[in-house]
Amino acid sequence: MIKNISNLGDAGLYCDFGQEVDKETNSKVIKYFESLKKKKIEGIINLTPSYNKLIVSFDLRKINFRKLKKIVENLDVDKGQPRPIKRIEIPVCSDDSFSLDIERLEKKLSLSKEEIYKNFLKKEYFCYMTGFIAGMPFLGDLEKNMRANRLETPRVKVPKGSIGLTEQFVNVYTFESPGGWNIIGNTPLNLFDNTKEKYPNLINPGDIITFKQISFNDYKNYGE
Amino acid sequence: MVNDFFEVIRPGINTTFQDNGRNNLYHIGIPFSGAMDTRNYKLANSIIGNKIYSPVVEFAYQGPLLKYKGNKINFVITGDVIFKLIKKDIEVYGECYESYSLEDGDKIDIISTNKSVYGYLAISGEFDLKFQWGSCSVNTKANIGSNNGKKLEVDQKISISKINSNLTKKKLNYTNTRIEKIRVIKGTNYDYFSEEGKKNFFEKEFTVSKLSDRMGMRLEGQNIKNIVDTNIRSEGLIKGVIQVTADGNPIIMLSDHGTIGGYPKIGVVISADYDKLVQISSGSKIKFQEIELSNAETLFKLYEMETQKLILQTQ
Repeated sequence: MIKNISNLGDAGLYCDFGQEVDKETNSKVIKYFESLKKKKIEGIINLTPSYNKLIVSFDLRKINFRKLKKIVENLDVDKGQPRPIKRIEIPVCSDDSFSLDIERLEKKLSLSKEEIYKNFLKKEYFCYMTGFIAGMPFLGDLEKNMRANRLETPRVKVPKGSIGLTEQFVNVYTFESPGGWNIIGNTPLNLFDNTKEKYPNLINPGDIITFKQISFNDYKNYGE
Repeated sequence: MVNDFFEVIRPGINTTFQDNGRNNLYHIGIPFSGAMDTRNYKLANSIIGNKIYSPVVEFAYQGPLLKYKGNKINFVITGDVIFKLIKKDIEVYGECYESYSLEDGDKIDIISTNKSVYGYLAISGEFDLKFQWGSCSVNTKANIGSNNGKKLEVDQKISISKINSNLTKKKLNYTNTRIEKIRVIKGTNYDYFSEEGKKNFFEKEFTVSKLSDRMGMRLEGQNIKNIVDTNIRSEGLIKGVIQVTADGNPIIMLSDHGTIGGYPKIGVVISADYDKLVQISSGSKIKFQEIELSNAETLFKLYEMETQKLILQTQ
């Protein structure tokens, strides 16, 4: 199922599952990720699944690329029960103070603000991966008429809670961070809780996400 | 009750608690973190007689000024660091890799690192720290780790929960060396760059930008021309990966790096050169040299053996 395995430096293994970015390819990546995680192979430091890649970083004192490649090639991928999928609704406020790039999107997509939100809110999204910053989910897919490139010059600081669009994907900035996605709103919902060591992420790969629009007043009083 | 502590009179620029970092969390977006220069981190603990992966104070460029209150304790500083030990009215410059004793009221003034970036302070005892995911390492971005995930701040206290009973002093003869070229294995998107770009990457000099930090080292000076696409599908990153951003400048992923990135990877710094890489200060020049995987593996083995040998000398 892996198209190609190569080395990423001397302490990384790079598994390529093909060019396509879709649920099918991604679920293969997740299967390998879960199976490798379960095997607890001595020397593996981190596993990073993404849309169509799985990157393994390892401790060069304990294992090397050649040995690990053999293990991954001969891996008996788990046929067992997949992780239960959660459905999560994320409240989003589109107040002008939050929707930093809505005018840019109106121009780029030739759609009105109302049309953009209508298209955005009617879809269900699939979580492909989490990362970049702690707990940040990469969700897809946006309809073809909603796809825009990243900002030419990324922001130095994107506010925490910002909802961003880029190409076919949607994400939520779980912390203030640099970033170049088109920001259309903000959520008061906390997606990462570092006091929960076992499950700090609200959203995990495979989960289904919907967005619900809330007023500025509801935003301010959220959680009270 | 805690009787032994440091008072932070001056926190320094970027002073954090670090240890050996966190494993198996990249998939939820939490980086490895941990001490940047692993060898100097380990040497600090071994000279002071602690377990090798105990928490230490890491500082960058300007370090902290600390006042000690409590029972007698030893400390050591590793790296290439200029510091003073202040006892009542006597001030003496200290040597790195040599342990000193501290008594109630003494101060450590870590003035600066010398033509390097990171230094380490270890004590013969335990700092009273909170661990998250098995590590005290501070990640200031996600506020993870000890000290509420923050840098040291002025006027705060650093509590010490235990002082070792054995306070013998030690000294290690060691000098940090620099290498002329940082060795790099070709990256997974090496073909994204023009012939001239690739040539420049391995032949010309870069300057380390002052925008470098624990997350990444930005380089300037050569424009590496991309001939395929300045974006790739976002995918995982590891320590040492060199991405080239849309403006043609390389950026090297360091210990607090984002776990996912969408810029093409031109190369990866080899494990054996990572400690030396992170010590290259902003404004300094840097050059790369291509190397094969098998040679990189051998060099790492040698580097590890050398570190082990140094550790043995402190026992």
